[in-house]
Amino acid sequence: MNRTFSLLIGVVLTVAASFVGLVLIPDWQLDPLEPVEAPDGTLRPQAPTGTVAEGRDIYSQLGCIYCHSQQVRPPDFGSDHDRGWGTRQTHPLDHIHDEPPLLGTMRTGPDLANIAVRQPSRSWHHLHLFNPIITSPGSNMPPYRFLYEAVPRTDGAPPENALDFPPEFDDPDHWWVPTDRAEALVDYLLSLDHTYSIEGDP
Amino acid sequence: MADRTSETPPSATPKPDPDALRGDVVRRARIDASCRGPVMFFVLTAVAWLLIGSLLAIMASVKMHTPEFLSDLEPLTFGRVRTAHLNTVIYGWSSLVGIGVLLWLQARLSRSTLRFHKLLYAVGILWNLAIAAGTWALLFSHFDSVEWLEFPVWTAALLGVGFVGVMVVSLDLFRRRSKHHIFVSQWYLFGAVFWFPILYVLANLMIHLGMATGVAMATANWWFAHNVLGIWFTPIGLAAAYYFIPKVLGRPIHSYYLSLLGFWTLALFYNWAGTHHLIGGPLPVWLTTVGTVASMMMFIPVITVAINHHMTMVGHFEKLRYSPTLRFIVFGAMSYTLVSAQGSLMALRRVNETTHFTHYTVAHAHLGMYAFFTMAMFGAIYYMVPRLLGREWPSATLIRIHFWTTAVGIFIYFTGLSWGGWRQGEMLNHDTVDFLAIVDYLIPYLWSRSLGGTLMTIGHVTLAILLWKMWRGAEEEAQGPAVFKEEPAKTKILPTSDGEEEDS
Repeated sequence: MNRTFSLLIGVVLTVAASFVGLVLIPDWQLDPLEPVEAPDGTLRPQAPTGTVAEGRDIYSQLGCIYCHSQQVRPPDFGSDHDRGWGTRQTHPLDHIHDEPPLLGTMRTGPDLANIAVRQPSRSWHHLHLFNPIITSPGSNMPPYRFLYEAVPRTDGAPPENALDFPPEFDDPDHWWVPTDRAEALVDYLLSLDHTYSIEGDP
Repeated sequence: MADRTSETPPSATPKPDPDALRGDVVRRARIDASCRGPVMFFVLTAVAWLLIGSLLAIMASVKMHTPEFLSDLEPLTFGRVRTAHLNTVIYGWSSLVGIGVLLWLQARLSRSTLRFHKLLYAVGILWNLAIAAGTWALLFSHFDSVEWLEFPVWTAALLGVGFVGVMVVSLDLFRRRSKHHIFVSQWYLFGAVFWFPILYVLANLMIHLGMATGVAMATANWWFAHNVLGIWFTPIGLAAAYYFIPKVLGRPIHSYYLSLLGFWTLALFYNWAGTHHLIGGPLPVWLTTVGTVASMMMFIPVITVAINHHMTMVGHFEKLRYSPTLRFIVFGAMSYTLVSAQGSLMALRRVNETTHFTHYTVAHAHLGMYAFFTMAMFGAIYYMVPRLLGREWPSATLIRIHFWTTAVGIFIYFTGLSWGGWRQGEMLNHDTVDFLAIVDYLIPYLWSRSLGGTLMTIGHVTLAILLWKMWRGAEEEAQGPAVFKEEPAKTKILPTSDGEEEDS
């Protein structure tokens, strides 16, 4: 029975040690991080609230992270900076409000850490979500038409928030109107701006 | 003592000392009979999840090159089916078949009958219901995007509670083992039944119950997701390889001490390797450096295991032509060496700079979970099920179809995505290459994955048909064992070092 006991101790200690080293110590080391003050006096990063928080849940529930990362690598590592995906490496502080952080591990599509800076247009995001090849020819991103509602066309004026398609993508029978979920998702995407400056390396 | 076999293979011819052997045969038959119900329950439901997981995989794969495919149904959008695929094959197929193989191996190695049948059925039913409900939740309602841990927390709780039953039964077998000696495979199985619940419970507490904050959740995530491969699935796969290679060959494992070194270095170093999934990410640099160092140290257990398996096989490779079990197991064991060496290299910063965020990593993951683990489990099924049901496989042709579709399928899958993924990484790292040009470049490689995945699925359906025929007993009892072909007479009797005579 003695050997069983030593085996048990060895088995439990090996995994417990790594849990302390790789999970508890980083958690303790990163716990004191506080938001920084931006030039306009507001704090960064801001905790998502309202429709931004709703949009973040939708982003998570549609599995966007399986194709899009939200982390800019260091300048000498990959070409994230040269591609204009960010001006500095992502810092642990950028994710203090993120539970869980949506860092992602795949770039079937581009990084989105600063997508609000690259694509500030609301209508661009709606068209892109409705059918990605409208804005990005050749994209293999799935269309999210189920986030939009079809309204039968009449001779009158279109609803004010109807999508404005380029002629070759125009639907002669319907106007397409964003649902609340589509609006929330775009609100979230337009909140993704991590260009404020943070001193020091991660 | 080595992990020695005194086992009679399926086509045993009468032995010189029939009395002693008869005792062995009777004892093993009693152990197998005690395992029949619960182990078959785990194996059959696991294969059902394999079929569901394969279907989800093909849908996800097709969506990657043909994004309009089933695009208007929200539950079937890429992010949902991809997640449902991962969770059904990890918790449904791999974990359930792993539990079945673990229990049977532990019973055989402890030379004890399996007890607590009602408890095991309860665990099996609970796991299946929890996975079904969890998968439904992934497709139809809400989940948090935490890779490998997407199941809602109530699903995780049910799986965790159910696993206690597996621990109880496994330790009961271990405690009642009839020899003081602990076989190599038992070390791995003993470790696995403790490691999985520790990993799973702690990771869920830290992430889903919010006990960690910010990027510490990401390190908890990869501590779990990497370790679930390394100290849950890998030990079961290696235990199977360490058991079946000597068993089918009828010769002892090359070195017991080498295998102990392999076990403890795996336990020590694998645990620390997970953070290499976050190289270049928003973490203190020391964390990812630890991951890289541990990944390099992993060469020790990997080379140890490779030498041990190879030296056991040496001079007996012709057996691969006859034994389905050996063919799948050796395919798995060789893939283990390959995937582990590859994984260690991928943890180097300069390699990771290219492979991270690409399909290269996806190919690597499937080399581990499929070419190694899943193939090893197929090998285990081909050995176990005839003994559990007291019936031979109805068709060697179907087994051959199963082997070649899955082997060729994973080969196409792995080579296509590895090459495409490596080029993807190189192009991503050159900002002069337009992003959409990379997308365009990858499309043929994504098609190759759908082709490979379809072949693998054909293999899975073939296995299901074989199991169905076995279970129903609809076929006439086969006249002899399902070997691929009869061995030449001159190799029928293979003397082993301790004087036993074995054949396959």
